[in-house]
Amino acid sequence: MVGIISYGAYIPRFRIKTEEIARVWGADGAEIARGLGVREKSVPDFDEDTITISVEAARGALARRPLDPGEIGAIYVGSESHPYAVKPSAAAVGEAIGATPVMTAADCEFACKAGTAAIQTGMGLVKSGMVTYAVAIGADTAQGAPGDALEYTASAGGAAIIVGNDDPIAEINHTCSYTTDTPDFWRREGQEYPSHGGRFSGDPAYFKHVQGAARLMLEQMGTTPSDYDYAVFHQPNAKFPTKVAGMLGFSREQITPGLAVPRLGNTYSGAVPVGISATLDIAKPGDRIFVTSYGSGAGSDAFDITVTDVIDSDVFNRNAAPTVEQLLANPVYLDYALYAKHKGKILMQ
Amino acid sequence: MSVPRYWRKQQNRYRLRGTHCETCGRYFFPPRNLCPTCRRDGTIVDYEFKGDGKVRTYSIIRTASEDYDLQTPFVLAVVELEEGTCLTAQVICTPEEVYIGMPVKKAFRRIIADGDAGVIVYGTKFVPA
Ligand SMILES: [Zn+2]
Repeated sequence: MVGIISYGAYIPRFRIKTEEIARVWGADGAEIARGLGVREKSVPDFDEDTITISVEAARGALARRPLDPGEIGAIYVGSESHPYAVKPSAAAVGEAIGATPVMTAADCEFACKAGTAAIQTGMGLVKSGMVTYAVAIGADTAQGAPGDALEYTASAGGAAIIVGNDDPIAEINHTCSYTTDTPDFWRREGQEYPSHGGRFSGDPAYFKHVQGAARLMLEQMGTTPSDYDYAVFHQPNAKFPTKVAGMLGFSREQITPGLAVPRLGNTYSGAVPVGISATLDIAKPGDRIFVTSYGSGAGSDAFDITVTDVIDSDVFNRNAAPTVEQLLANPVYLDYALYAKHKGKILMQ
Repeated sequence: MSVPRYWRKQQNRYRLRGTHCETCGRYFFPPRNLCPTCRRDGTIVDYEFKGDGKVRTYSIIRTASEDYDLQTPFVLAVVELEEGTCLTAQVICTPEEVYIGMPVKKAFRRIIADGDAGVIVYGTKFVPA
């Protein structure tokens, strides 16, 4: 059955605390951190972007399970911060992992759910027999305008999921989606920072679509939340996924392992793939994982996943790449001035 | 900057692709097509370096050209790869962290961007292992 063959995550080493950003804007940092449930967020190094994050994540997946890169028939990189407007990130990733030239590649965009759209695309190619392996990546170096509410959470990171048919470490039992045209968040071509329809455009956007896809999945699979060991929801902050989990009937214990956002921030397209990675880092054979992403504009993709014995077998080495917990450990903290330098917010002459 | 010149060496930079002499066992980066020891008797094959090594020596760059100015101070090191060959590359750490003998591993990073409109060159740097 189609499933996850391997996975790898990458998070830059730098962080800035919510309270440090708030200090610059004269806001109450403790209050904002509590409200969002985000204590700090990751910041990319000067020479890191969506392509470098994608390559490191894909290399992590290949370290855990060495495959013949020539058998990778497709690479999809989902992001809203591709370094080029025209020139595919996926081709650079293919070259860097040695999968070129006999492969197809494309970049995906759907706000924060481009990574799960890439997983679904890869599943289709694998299930139809068009490719042996497809690499699906969600990665972002998210931008929030200085002083905007998004600046507290917009962060950097990503994860790669290799999809295939033979001996997956986790079978993907089913996927389904829920999509409408909703103007909650957007960025026009050539604009550096996104715009959003109000600070907490939650109900008609995040909550409607996440619940739409999640309830569709439960209905189509004939399951209830108690049938799952873990659940991963899109995490623009800690408040939204915690609230939607409660509305659907999932417990705090089910979502905790995959909730990286309090120490990571919102990695946009990377958020759910990183959440899946963090859950697979600790999952045991037989564990069942419920996943629902969210992308503004707007839509959600849901997945029902069952971990297999292969995760503990000789063909897979979980320790060959860093876990999300290890990637989050020992960060280097930046003050706002250094953060601005890192993010290119200072105009150089 | 010449786009074709960077593109030709792209695979070497992206994946640390060099060569290996099967006759005497030496490794070469950048790649050599002729082994200086074995000459005509050498059998040269392509080889992708694992990317693990250590800092043999380094210097701290405090003043750099405009392209790299934002990153100063940074560490430029001669890295000795596990296979026994050396190359010059940036090590991503603070000047206080680096020391001779420090174990490092490869990392995929941006090397240089040709302004806001030009091509972005990617390649291999090193991070503490
Ligand atoms: Zn030789």
